[in-house]
Amino acid sequence: MAAHRCGLSLVCILIFSTPAPAPARDQFQEELVIRPLHSGDIYASFQFRTLWDTDFLQERQKKVSHYRLFPKSLGQVLSKFSVRELHISFTQGFWRTMQWGQPFIPSPPGAELWVWFHHTVSDVDGNWKELTNVLSGIFCASLNFIDMTNTVQPSASFKPLGLGNATDHRFLRYATLPREIVCTENLTPWKKLLPCGSKAGLAVLMKSEKLFHSSFHSQAVHIRPICQDEQCTSKAWELRQTLNVVFDHYTSGQGKKEWSLFKMFSRTLTEACPLASSSKVYVDITDNPELSPATHLLSRAVVLGDRRTYSVYDLTRAETFGQLRSFNLLLRWKGDNMLRPLLHAERYVAGFGLQTGEIHTVIYNNHPYRAFPVLLMDSVPWYLQLYVHTLTVTSKSRDNKPSYIHYQPAKDRHRPHLLEMLIQLPPHSMTEVTVQFERALLKWTEYTPDPNHGFYVGSSVVSALVPSMVAMSTNFTQDQPLFSSFVPVKEESSYFVRVYTEPLLVNLPTPDFSMPYNVICLTCTVVAVGYGSFYNLLTRTFQVDEPSPPLAKRLANFIRRIRGVPLLA
Amino acid sequence: MAAPLTLLLIVAVTIRAVLFRSSLAELISERVEVVSPLNAWKRVVEGLALLDLGVSPYSGDVFHETPLMIYLFHFTVDYAEIVFMIADGITAVALYLSIQTYNKNVFRKQKYALESDRYPADCLELLRSPKEMFYIPLKVAMFYLLNPFTILSCVAKSTCGLNNAIIALFIFCTLKGSALLSGILLALATYQSIYPLTLFAPALLFFLQRLYIPVNLRRSSFWFFTLQYAFIYVGSLVVITGLSFFLLGSWDFIPSVYGFIFSVPDLTPNIGLFWYFFAEMFEHFRLFFICVFQINVFFYTIPLSIKLKEHPVFLIFMQIAIISIFKSYPTVGDVALYMAFLPAWSHLYRFLRNIFLVSCVLLACSALFPVLWHLWIYAGSANSNFYYAITLLFNFGQILLVSDYFYAYLRREHHLIHGLYLKKKDGTEATLVLK
Repeated sequence: MAAHRCGLSLVCILIFSTPAPAPARDQFQEELVIRPLHSGDIYASFQFRTLWDTDFLQERQKKVSHYRLFPKSLGQVLSKFSVRELHISFTQGFWRTMQWGQPFIPSPPGAELWVWFHHTVSDVDGNWKELTNVLSGIFCASLNFIDMTNTVQPSASFKPLGLGNATDHRFLRYATLPREIVCTENLTPWKKLLPCGSKAGLAVLMKSEKLFHSSFHSQAVHIRPICQDEQCTSKAWELRQTLNVVFDHYTSGQGKKEWSLFKMFSRTLTEACPLASSSKVYVDITDNPELSPATHLLSRAVVLGDRRTYSVYDLTRAETFGQLRSFNLLLRWKGDNMLRPLLHAERYVAGFGLQTGEIHTVIYNNHPYRAFPVLLMDSVPWYLQLYVHTLTVTSKSRDNKPSYIHYQPAKDRHRPHLLEMLIQLPPHSMTEVTVQFERALLKWTEYTPDPNHGFYVGSSVVSALVPSMVAMSTNFTQDQPLFSSFVPVKEESSYFVRVYTEPLLVNLPTPDFSMPYNVICLTCTVVAVGYGSFYNLLTRTFQVDEPSPPLAKRLANFIRRIRGVPLLA
Repeated sequence: MAAPLTLLLIVAVTIRAVLFRSSLAELISERVEVVSPLNAWKRVVEGLALLDLGVSPYSGDVFHETPLMIYLFHFTVDYAEIVFMIADGITAVALYLSIQTYNKNVFRKQKYALESDRYPADCLELLRSPKEMFYIPLKVAMFYLLNPFTILSCVAKSTCGLNNAIIALFIFCTLKGSALLSGILLALATYQSIYPLTLFAPALLFFLQRLYIPVNLRRSSFWFFTLQYAFIYVGSLVVITGLSFFLLGSWDFIPSVYGFIFSVPDLTPNIGLFWYFFAEMFEHFRLFFICVFQINVFFYTIPLSIKLKEHPVFLIFMQIAIISIFKSYPTVGDVALYMAFLPAWSHLYRFLRNIFLVSCVLLACSALFPVLWHLWIYAGSANSNFYYAITLLFNFGQILLVSDYFYAYLRREHHLIHGLYLKKKDGTEATLVLK
């Protein structure tokens, strides 16, 4: 009897106890790449990657609620808005491709946000609007200025970087805010998303007083689903937080090609992030700089079509920090040779006056003998009315007709222009794309408080598969350094490059802002003059003008009328 | 009279051809006084280019022409200059023939009235003689063809020239008495820009007068003819709109063309009153003032028709003038159309009160428009208020011109009934006032 009761209670316990949660299989890696540039500037690129083996969008599984390394705010955003891919970047400064080469992860000035939604979403625009507002709160940025007047749906330029073969561009939204300023208020919440925060690991170097005292500063968040192995049997979510910064040779470096971690960040590294499975510092030594402390760990990688050699410092090993328990890197170099970037683009506004203008986009192909196609995407606000019949593409002073043009004209106050073209660039040439536009006069409430500053036009995006001089490896390994695995390499002979041009600043004609009441009065006066003249002529008839008698006579007549006596003449 | 007209046409074509081939053509087609977002040639070319790219021209906010324009220019875009010169020629010839017919009618009525002794004795000097009326049609054609406004409009290839041609043909058909053609052409003119809708009333009055049907709302003959004419007009309008639907397969053109004309979203400066008013309008009142301004164009029709029911041709002139002044996107081409009629009223010269002032104002404003535009947009030393002021003055001058001619017309009619030399009760010379 007792045994039965015991057994029953055991069964009850077994039934009513909740099953133990599956162990969270997530992983965090951090790395810093330091690349000396030939102009004396130094380029530092931080990448923090969290891989998490879960599925936010599957309905069968229980709703994800146990977050460990992956930030909860972003996870909730992904599941609430059914986001498949999210890329957001905040950039201060413009990347000078001709002086600095190609960045590991390109970004345009200001804020850029592009999102692929899941194909189950029914109201993409509604989700997009809410998403921008939520992200605006998470990153303390004014992303709420993103609305339908500056959002486009590119058809070919922004293919998913992660998994996913659905290429219906109705689920893609792209917006850019060229006027957005990046400052400490944006860096702080970005740092909070890291598992170790800014207390341990590489993130201790990210102090705003030095980071913003630079030529270029870009922080970004990229979330996408990826394959975990070659055969893609299991999928995982990858969150990459990247921070690219270029320190200026003259203002921060005192004019010497000699840099150290302390000089760049005013901090040194003391320990790796305990939650990280790998924490490494890579220094580009292809041009043989002097490096101290020396290391024997070397890594060779082909990145952006160039074979480079890196010294590797593993921060998870205690001997990297030496006896002082602090790691400070010293770098000195002399060389002046630089790899000329194969693809480069510029943009400017031509013309004079406030009525018309021309946008010129110049794309350079510096490959000596190979021609390759590029996809140029232009998103122009509605108040610059583009005339697509004036679009000309010339290469080497001959007409070069694009093979694919996708043009969506703007609707006033609803959506911007979207122009995407596939242009074949001849080898070693300059291609110029020009299009004329007219400037609109806006309503006085639609101008910013500083209307004579001008209106920003977002950067053009040039995307291309550039033929590589060096064979790239398409092998998939888990130990690849992060900077070389951001963009998936599909073939050996070319690599994907995205170049952003400068944003444009265009002046529009302005009305006089002090005059609304005056204008209303004056115009209504003219209309009233018209009305009055016509009213007079329509309702009155011509009569002979009999002058009215003087007052005395009128009074006399009045009295006479009372008396009943005949009136005066 | 064919020879002088042909000579005039040759001279006009020569001037236009010379200007087409010169470098001024580019400059003129950019001027905001001559082209507006509704009728610019650049936008027609843009619409055709969008159609070639596979995008509907109405999906953006650049193209605001009707589908029949697409159809017309799809085939003739390479010969556009010839098309616009032919349109100007058609307008001039149509106006010439219309005024000729009108003068014949006027002279005939005057003869009958003289024979039945309807005029007082002292107003014989107000009567018109064939000698005086002989050159008027030629002068009307000349006023249209050699008017700098028309030449500018033609060289800029503004589709306003085509609209003017349709309205001139409508006037011609009305004066010739063909109700069917008149209804069809009026429907076409309304389809192009909505404002010629107001010309329905004068055309109807003309036909009623011609067919000796009294304008009495209680008589069935009045309603019978009105309904016939309205049926022709509305029927043609429906057919034309239906044809436009089948051209592109969608109703997109209705908000793009008519919605655009009515709601004035584009605030590009022009010679009208709308643009700056709505650029400075408080958002809250925008809809109210749009309605007020649009009603302003249409609501003079009924009062004017009542006052001028015996004089439908003058009513046509008044209506065209009111449309040109108060429409949402006026250009100088619209102004040129009603100015062409002025020689037909040259007998009113003695009663015009402000003609010198008005002509000085209009000349000065026409000269100042490009100057102040340059100062605002290119030199940056003036602001939009300068250009706006000249706009106000130009419209004020036009209003003064039209109301002056109206006053003179009414005054002449009054004198024809009551005599020219009026005396007060005590025998001294009287002055006439409006009371």
